[in-house]
Amino acid sequence: MSVATEEIHDTQDARSRATVRGLAKEYLAKLRGGDVGSLPAILGLVALVIAFSALRPETFTKAFNFGNLIQQSAGVTIIAMGMVFVLLLGEIDLSAGYTAGTSAGVMCLLLIEHGWPVALAILACLVTGAVIGTCIGLIVSRLGIPSFVVTLAAFLGLQGVMLTIIGEKGSIDSGEFVAKLNSENLPVWLGWVVAVVLVALYAAATFRANRRRRRHGLNSQPTLLWALKSGFLAVIVGLIVFYLSVERSPNAHIKSIKGVPIALLILVGLTLVLGALLSRTKWGSHVYAVGGNAEAARRAGINVPMIQLTCFMLSSTVAAVGGIMLVSYSGGVNNVTGGTTILLYAVGAAVIGGTSLFGGKGRVVDALIGGTVVAVIANGMGLLNQPDSRKYIVTGLVLLVAASVDAISRRRAAATGRV
Amino acid sequence: MSSGEPLLELRGVQKSFGAVHVLQGVDLTVRPGRVTALVGDNGAGKSTLIKGIAGIHPFDEGDYAFEGGAVHVKSPRDSNALGIEVVYQDLALCDNLDVVHNMFLGRELTKNGVVDEDTMEARARETLDGLSVRTLTSVRTHVAALSGGQRQTVAIARAVLWNSRLVILDEPTAALGVAQTEQVLKLVRRLADRGLGVVLISHNLNEVFQVADDIAVLYLGQMVAQVEASTTSRERVVAAITTGKLNEGDAA
Repeated sequence: MSVATEEIHDTQDARSRATVRGLAKEYLAKLRGGDVGSLPAILGLVALVIAFSALRPETFTKAFNFGNLIQQSAGVTIIAMGMVFVLLLGEIDLSAGYTAGTSAGVMCLLLIEHGWPVALAILACLVTGAVIGTCIGLIVSRLGIPSFVVTLAAFLGLQGVMLTIIGEKGSIDSGEFVAKLNSENLPVWLGWVVAVVLVALYAAATFRANRRRRRHGLNSQPTLLWALKSGFLAVIVGLIVFYLSVERSPNAHIKSIKGVPIALLILVGLTLVLGALLSRTKWGSHVYAVGGNAEAARRAGINVPMIQLTCFMLSSTVAAVGGIMLVSYSGGVNNVTGGTTILLYAVGAAVIGGTSLFGGKGRVVDALIGGTVVAVIANGMGLLNQPDSRKYIVTGLVLLVAASVDAISRRRAAATGRV
Repeated sequence: MSSGEPLLELRGVQKSFGAVHVLQGVDLTVRPGRVTALVGDNGAGKSTLIKGIAGIHPFDEGDYAFEGGAVHVKSPRDSNALGIEVVYQDLALCDNLDVVHNMFLGRELTKNGVVDEDTMEARARETLDGLSVRTLTSVRTHVAALSGGQRQTVAIARAVLWNSRLVILDEPTAALGVAQTEQVLKLVRRLADRGLGVVLISHNLNEVFQVADDIAVLYLGQMVAQVEASTTSRERVVAAITTGKLNEGDAA
């Protein structure tokens, strides 16, 4: 009897899910249950963009500013993406900023002072990050010292290492090639090609996954939802590429600036690769398991210290990539590279995007969304000619709101049983 | 004792944590198709014994034989490879993962290096259906959303998913209501009827006499006796648990 009623229930479910209304209802139920994902961050982003557009219509909404905003935020956002892996374990990496600075410092030193080829210097930069991450990871996982303390020590130590690398001069140039990474743009046509390929790949992959699931007799996404999602993605990507394809140079006759920034391509590429690592691989499943219940993971035969070690390694290596973007944007490494607010903005970005500091919950794309929020605040406040003092206060408040949303949704989730 | 070759045989196992000598030469025999209840007061060493069997805290000394052959179990992977599965009292589930990922925890299936979600979901569903579990509507529900009985079901289903030979249950009904307890005990009986060896740790002697074929009594790190449930009585078992002596000649 119970089987029969279940079947009836299932078909009703399927029917109600086949309409836009049914889908909206289902989504609302999910939200009420506390499963908010990155929705607060996206709503916050929309609100901020509207507010700044209203206050500074002549500068904030300019295509030039839009391109600039992406390049400004690329470093922090990439560091935040790496941070997600550490946060997922319920750990933290306070040294990520100076890991970025130190790794980039090594790169600049090898490029400029030792004349290494670009590819080798970049490789050395990534290896430096990986080595730093390995050291932190080993100390945390083998000696069991809290990551807060270990990375606080690394934060201080690496600052010294970075200053030593830079030496007396106070700064080292990044060289021509590296400087281009975070200032040049793709040709307009190539931007469109990449956009079309990405959207088509997404639509095809999700369509095939749905068909396969239906063949296996598993619950699948309704075709309507698939069409809505793919269409929405196409519109958003199209709008972004379109806006980035208009001429945005103030003096177009001297130097034309148009096309998708290379930085955006790197950001999207990293999001896809790191996201796939987390959501598609066995290792990624184990990261979530360790973050959710380390003891359960250990009893299930998961090598918990190894997962910790690899997460710290990956986080620091990704931070090194962030370091490349930082020095590329500022033209070289100097005594504040990776310092000041970079680390806090990176942690903030991940948390604002919906990654939990308690571990077990978060995605790489959260860092991308959260990083954009942080960047819009910094950029918009700057355009409002607000002093740094107010900029910090507002960013702090936004972070506090984000953390509260996390805590409240967590409580709701506990009450209704969703995590 | 009757029926078949022993599945698991422990002889004289020892385990110490620092100066504390928790297991002092324990013997245990588990046969396939039978429920062996492991009883004993708090601190008798029941948890240490099963953690040793599972390889979480390997035994310091003693013989460990599985299906007639001596084996070395030094980690959970070793015991899993033999077909030994443990359902812990705290269930060891990850709240932030769904039922499928919990059932495949640590042993996710992959295809071309990518986690094979479809096959995992289908097999999870199959296993639950095979155990006649009708209380779970979606295997994609996060475990945090499940009731105590449902969680227990997931944990037990996880244990049988792997064509296991021996399932060890640590107080599976301790936190459950009457109806849910009944369901879980039926599930335990069904496991044994499918030919698996089952070790059931319980403080509830009603439960033990309802479902167990053999009863093993631990007292302060020593095995008092292992007897058939039908040959003894509740009073004798209580006396054995509290005094460490079984007052008759029916010790195995």
